[in-house]
Amino acid sequence: MTITSYFASLNVLKLLRNMPGGVSQGIIWGIMALGIYITFRLLDVADLTVDGSFTTGGAVTVMLILAGWPAWAALLVAMLAGILAGFVTGMLHTKLGIPAILAGILTQFSLYSVNLHIMGMAANKAVSVDKYHLLLSSRNIPSAILTGAVIALALVSVFYWYFGTEQGSAIRATGNNPAMSRALGINIDNMKVLGLSLSNGIVALSGGLLVQYQGFADINMGRGAIVIGLAAVIIGEVVGNAILGKRLNFYGTLTFTVIGGIVYYLVIVIVLWLKLNSNDLKLFTAIVVALFLAVPYLRSQQKSSFAKLRKKGG
Amino acid sequence: MLKLENISKTFNPGTINEKKALNGLSLHLKPGDFVTVIGGNGAGKSTMLNAVAGVWPVDEGRIILDGHDITALPEYKRAHLIGRVFQDPMMGTAPNMQLEENLALAARRGRPRGLKWGVTNSEREEYHERLKILGLGLEDRMTSKVGLLSGGQRQAVTLLMAVLREPKLLLLDEHTAALDPGTAAKVLELSDQIVQEHNLTTLMITHNMKDAIRHGNRLIMMNEGHIILDIEGEEKKKLTKQQLIDMFAQKGGSIDSDETLLTK
Ligand SMILES: Nc1ncnc2c1ncn2[C@@H]1O[C@H](COP(=O)(O)OP(=O)(O)O)[C@@H](O)[C@H]1O
Ligand SMILES: [Mg+2]
Repeated sequence: MTITSYFASLNVLKLLRNMPGGVSQGIIWGIMALGIYITFRLLDVADLTVDGSFTTGGAVTVMLILAGWPAWAALLVAMLAGILAGFVTGMLHTKLGIPAILAGILTQFSLYSVNLHIMGMAANKAVSVDKYHLLLSSRNIPSAILTGAVIALALVSVFYWYFGTEQGSAIRATGNNPAMSRALGINIDNMKVLGLSLSNGIVALSGGLLVQYQGFADINMGRGAIVIGLAAVIIGEVVGNAILGKRLNFYGTLTFTVIGGIVYYLVIVIVLWLKLNSNDLKLFTAIVVALFLAVPYLRSQQKSSFAKLRKKGG
Repeated sequence: MLKLENISKTFNPGTINEKKALNGLSLHLKPGDFVTVIGGNGAGKSTMLNAVAGVWPVDEGRIILDGHDITALPEYKRAHLIGRVFQDPMMGTAPNMQLEENLALAARRGRPRGLKWGVTNSEREEYHERLKILGLGLEDRMTSKVGLLSGGQRQAVTLLMAVLREPKLLLLDEHTAALDPGTAAKVLELSDQIVQEHNLTTLMITHNMKDAIRHGNRLIMMNEGHIILDIEGEEKKKLTKQQLIDMFAQKGGSIDSDETLLTK
């Protein structure tokens, strides 16, 4: 295929048609990113439980809806399941002294079996919007966008309130300066367990939204969720800073985390539209996340580093 | 007020790095005692303060504060009794949180933290007034992230945080050592003022003998994990630097040639 025929084969209308779907999926992953924000930015731990708890949320939601539960009730139970998963990671970390990353990996690993059990030992389960009343579905994208946006905004508001309370402040303090927090009488182990639990509750909730949207749960649907969540958090920060700069407050940061999820999915829509190999998406995502995670370090290196001294010494 | 009874602490027991940092140390502070603590590097001064604060459990002995036996309490459960300022200005504050948020965290030291607002408006007014007294212009920066403040400003904030909720005991561990001389003098002056004002029972470690003599009503000297000298009242007031150095040598303190181990 020559370059001209490649460009001729790209259809702008098709791109525009796919954009709304990207937005609706992006909102769902943006909600997941809110959960990851708690651990990654507030508690200062990278919690790998989420790859498992995202699927747990999806599996619980599908099974309960299939069992005749209303979708909202299924989502609530899914959230509780996620909270439980985060609680387990928190206990492994604080009570058994296992490093946070490893504790998350262990829980995630075990959740694979747990999720299979939840789904009745099936690798995937369908839940059709024709037979069940779902909160959102890819069949009706405008309504899915609306529902997703309402849930996301509600969560952002609850986060904004909660992390301004005494308890929420104690969680933030724990992530920011554990030695100070202890000296101020904060039980930092409890705060870590609480933060991990809440985070995974939100992640499971978003998993429950995604299965309704796509009409099925899959045992591998959470694979790489942590990376996508980090990408959303980081993109949100960059975009938020570019637009609001110093005026970016906590409410804005949270809102832009959701927007980060949307931007991420729109980029994916574009990548697919460009007919790049979708199997390379994960590589592409990882490179973008690695680059953004490296920015603060590279900036500090610019100010002072041995490499710089070597250059100067020539 | 504070009673340390025969406390001992060995770090890394059973390894080649084994270090007996506290060796049967006993100390009794009366309410309102302002004690300065001196001693050579590694004498166990910080370890004594950490033992009182509960950073780790002691191996032996008892710690009694304000009538409570706190020996077996973890750090966060003793916190309601104790205010602390660390040597490292970065350690006492949460850099990514606002100044008023830091103060509000400290105002709730040792209290249950529920779903009430983290900072209330009436608190903001109070903090504004108390920051004004510091005379550093911080009352106009209450919503700034603390990480943007200088080391001296952060140390002054930590000091205010330590006493915002009046502690039974104030622990100061070389809290001016990392500051430039001018700022150090200011923060030390401030500490003195606050201790006097609230008549706080205080333990203050310093590596500066002049400061140790000038401040407080009582002075203790440590060596090899216990107290080798304890002077108070009139005797302390008349103390000179040279006398201290002589006494230190007399007591078998491992002072090398001059006062370099005690002062900087
Ligand atoms: N957490 C620790 N782990 C191992 N050794 C320690 C620890 N804290 C203090 N020490 C050792 O205990 C001794 C006393 O230290 P410290 O109390 O900090 O002395 P200083 O009087 O200078 O404050 C030193 O030899 C120090 O290396
Ligand atoms: Mg010390």
